Amino acid sequence: MLMLLALHLVAAALAPALVHRWGRWAFLPLAVAPASAFGWALGYADTVREGRAVVEAYPWVPELGIELALRVTTLSWLLVLLVGGIGALVLVYCVRYFDADEPGLGRFAAVFVGFAGAMLGVVLADDLLLLYVCWELTSVFSYLLIAHHPEQQASRRSANQALLVTTLGGLVMLVGFVMLGQHAGTYRWSEIAARPPPPGGYLGIAVVLILVGALSKSAIFPTSFWLPAAMAAPTPVSAYLHAAAMVKAGVYLVALLAPVYAEVGPWRPVIYVTGIVTVLAGGWAALRQVDLKLLLAYGTVSQLGLLVVLVGAGTPDAALAGVAMLVGHALFKAALFLVVGIVDRRAGTRDLTVLSGLWRRMPLVCATAVLAAASMAGVTPLLGFVAKEAILGAFRGDPPLLAALLLGAVLTTAYSARFVRGAFAGRPPPREATPTRPVETVLLAPAALLAVAGLVLGVLAGPVGETLAGYPRLFGSIAHPLTFVPASGLVLGLSALAQVGGLLLFALRTPVGAVQARLRAPFDGDTAYQVLSRGFDRFAVALTGATQRGSLPQYLGVILFALVLVLGGALLRGPWPDRIGVSGNPLQAVVGVVLGVAAVLTVRARSRLTAVILAGVTGYCTAVLFVLHGAPDLALAQFLAETVTIVIFVLVLRRLPARFSVRPLRRSRWTRLALGVAVGAVVTAMAVAATGARRAPPVSAEFPGPALSFGYGRNVVNVTLVDIRAWDTMGEIAVLVVAATGVASLIFQRRRGPDRPRRDDLPPPPGAERVWLRAGPTLRTRRRSIVFEVVVRLIFHTVVLFSIFLLFSGHNAPGGGFVGGLVAGLALAVRYLAGGRHELDQAAPVDAGMLLGVGLFVSVGTGLLAMSTGGEVLRSSLLEPELPLVGELHLVTSIFFDIGVYLVVVGLVLDILRSLGAEVDRQIEVEDEPGTGLRTDRPAGPARQAAAGAGAPDAPGGTDSESAGTDSESAGTDSGVAGTEGRR
Amino acid sequence: MTPNLVLALVVGVLFGSGVILLLERSLSRVLIGIILLTNGTNLLLLLGGRPGEAPILGVTPDAEMSDPLAQAMVLTAIVITLGLTAFLLAMAYRSWQLTGHDEVRDDPEDRRIVRRAKRHELAGPDDNAGEGPWPPPGGVVGADPEQVDPEPAPRRLDDEPGGQA
Repeated sequence: MLMLLALHLVAAALAPALVHRWGRWAFLPLAVAPASAFGWALGYADTVREGRAVVEAYPWVPELGIELALRVTTLSWLLVLLVGGIGALVLVYCVRYFDADEPGLGRFAAVFVGFAGAMLGVVLADDLLLLYVCWELTSVFSYLLIAHHPEQQASRRSANQALLVTTLGGLVMLVGFVMLGQHAGTYRWSEIAARPPPPGGYLGIAVVLILVGALSKSAIFPTSFWLPAAMAAPTPVSAYLHAAAMVKAGVYLVALLAPVYAEVGPWRPVIYVTGIVTVLAGGWAALRQVDLKLLLAYGTVSQLGLLVVLVGAGTPDAALAGVAMLVGHALFKAALFLVVGIVDRRAGTRDLTVLSGLWRRMPLVCATAVLAAASMAGVTPLLGFVAKEAILGAFRGDPPLLAALLLGAVLTTAYSARFVRGAFAGRPPPREATPTRPVETVLLAPAALLAVAGLVLGVLAGPVGETLAGYPRLFGSIAHPLTFVPASGLVLGLSALAQVGGLLLFALRTPVGAVQARLRAPFDGDTAYQVLSRGFDRFAVALTGATQRGSLPQYLGVILFALVLVLGGALLRGPWPDRIGVSGNPLQAVVGVVLGVAAVLTVRARSRLTAVILAGVTGYCTAVLFVLHGAPDLALAQFLAETVTIVIFVLVLRRLPARFSVRPLRRSRWTRLALGVAVGAVVTAMAVAATGARRAPPVSAEFPGPALSFGYGRNVVNVTLVDIRAWDTMGEIAVLVVAATGVASLIFQRRRGPDRPRRDDLPPPPGAERVWLRAGPTLRTRRRSIVFEVVVRLIFHTVVLFSIFLLFSGHNAPGGGFVGGLVAGLALAVRYLAGGRHELDQAAPVDAGMLLGVGLFVSVGTGLLAMSTGGEVLRSSLLEPELPLVGELHLVTSIFFDIGVYLVVVGLVLDILRSLGAEVDRQIEVEDEPGTGLRTDRPAGPARQAAAGAGAPDAPGGTDSESAGTDSESAGTDSGVAGTEGRR
Repeated sequence: MTPNLVLALVVGVLFGSGVILLLERSLSRVLIGIILLTNGTNLLLLLGGRPGEAPILGVTPDAEMSDPLAQAMVLTAIVITLGLTAFLLAMAYRSWQLTGHDEVRDDPEDRRIVRRAKRHELAGPDDNAGEGPWPPPGGVVGADPEQVDPEPAPRRLDDEPGGQA
């Protein structure tokens, strides 16, 4: 059985290639897959007749207890025959149905065969979850097949509708399966059926949920609307999916469950009410269709309702009638659909008000249609008649149901007659016969074969009934075996009544049509679907509109509000520390007050620079607090980082307007204020509660010893960074590299290639080689301070040396890679501030990206090296090489890691200076040139002097470091205005 | 561990001021708010470890050392903040270059949906899961919705006379 499924899968995978090679003839080899399923099933006919099952099981998801369990009993055997046989015939039919140049034929073939495989999976599956998977696969394939003409709106809409209805039903069904499976402790249906778990309150719910899935798949009221709409699919799809196979999946599931659950409370009411409504409404709607395909579609809806009633009734006779009807319906409805396809393709229309005299032009097609329609109407000795007799016999004891089913039979006869007359009959003289093209044998043979099968099996009703008896016997013993000989008495009378009534209804079609025109259904499934889907769309828009306002402050506000609410709520419940110390150190309080005042003033500041400097004050105060807390490394890093931050700010602020823009947010000001105060209060409370709640000894209490014995360092913080928690540091320097790259790519738009800032590739200014101070070309004389430049030049190397000292001593004293890198970066920043960008290039004649890359490489390399020598990644080891002249050296490998960190930090600062400093300088110069735009690619060499002379702000800083702030504030004002004007 | 009220208050003030600035529209103000917030966060992290003398072996006895783990975490955070500041400033600068200001504007796409929601419209001009309105504006064949020809006509036998009545 697994081989059959695999065969379908392979065929589906090969289909596009085959179609590409052989065109539509590729459908013939593809038909082998379903045909082999048919043949396989025939081979097991004896086994099934003896009432035995064919079982295969393979482990699939053992963790979840899901098996690829396949099992064939009478019911599933019958469906394998139908799915395989009709599938093969329809594939043969496809050879001539499609034009040779039909677009998307390869995809169609693959999906069609894939569907046949999935459908086979549904009927073979014994595991309910496997059944569910195949079930949903058929829905998806059906979606793809209905949307065969994706360029047509009707096609897409119908496909969507069918998919939504059937998959939603499937999901509901899955819930029911899970409920059943969990209570039974197994998902194997054969085991559940053999030992049904004790009934309980859950059972009714589970059964109803499963029925929802089954009924929606079979287009039973109130979900019938999707099936007529699905007629947008090509006719082979309608014949196979929407008559023989997929819609039968729901019937199959009802039939599968009925022997065990027909007695459960809600089962029969649900089955009978929805089934009967579907029978009558479908038949009534079929009577007024003018499109032959829609007529059949409504007829199918009606008969699916009938099938559900039969197999759901839970009595042996009804079940026997049900399986007979299942076969009969599959045969005649598939045949009729194929006939409609022939008429459509060869006569050009399927509108029964247009068609005329086809019986003369295509007599064989007409004969096939008459045979199939007679079976549908229940004329003896066809299989449809056999089934109808069995139905009337089975429900003889239930007059209301019998009456309803009889009415359904009347309607069936009427629309069968309407179909045959509409498609093939001639019209009164002025109308001529519809012109047609010849019908090929390959096109007709499948339909004819199906119609003839209906006749043969009708005559063989007795043996057929015996073969299929295994299923109805699950309910009890059969009272009325199948037969094509008309019974006597009541059943004969009712049967005749149905035929006469149907023909009468058809004869009276004009008055009936008038009634139908006035009588509209009070409830329309399609309208309900539209209202529902519209409602969902509306709800989605309203919900998105209500939550996604697109405003950053609003989003942040919500997050912070949640913080206050959740954290504050948790804090209210305590526990609170018994003792709260005010402060260990009076200096702490003083610094704290200064910091607090600076923070509040930062909020009130209206000028950008003031705000930046006040924020810097808070940063420096934080550094002092670090010192008082006993964290000299932190204090160093904080001091240096804060200084670099202020430099960066000043570099950018010279371009931005001096003051913050006027805020139109006055109304929300109090909200922001309140939120800020609330967050502050909650965080204060949290700080107190969290530190007070700390009882366990910190993990770091163990650090000092190993720091020396394993990390070979005395500065525990540094050893933590480069050894104990070196992975954190590694990730962090990677973030720095990313941030630096981001800065560069935001500012540098000169090159289309690598965005990494390189050394300024402008030709060096004339005579640059001999110039000691490089500020000349870029700084105005008024702004230059020779003393500053010279002093910076003189101390630069000392500072860099000091940074290296910090780097190496950091292992045993405050310092380390971060601090050293920041010091070196500051040295570069000062060089740039004093002498402009050419001075910077001279100070650091390397590419910032190179520094970043080498730094990261060195750090990672150190870690990997440790691994290659047999240790763990990033593990330190002590090297004590003996060097000539120097003597013994005490070298810890983690110093190389720290060198990498150092290089990355220097690279970051250099990158920032090159981007926000040098590149922005260059952009200002280009901008101030007459007739050039903001992003001119032309180097600004020759005009530089003129621009400088015209009074452009050019120096990032000022003439001396003390007044750098004020100076660049005014510069910022100038350039901000100039920049804005330049753009307008 | 005994909580330190002064430091806790300082953290609170930094958070409060940071949040107020964070809720502004100007990107440089938001950035300054972030700086205040990170200063506050760094202090908060440090508060989690015990205070003491510098954790350097040989200088400070083990028992008097401040918590080195919190310090290592804060140290990396400080440098990360530097990178973040530079990145956001570059963004502010770029925003100024392109729009003439550094305000964070509302997302226009989101605003469009908000407007649609107010007007009780659907997500797109269309309906039916991305399809046009149904039935289409031009009307479908015939007035009866059940009589729609779901397989429209383009591939009918247009080349043959009398194919269509």
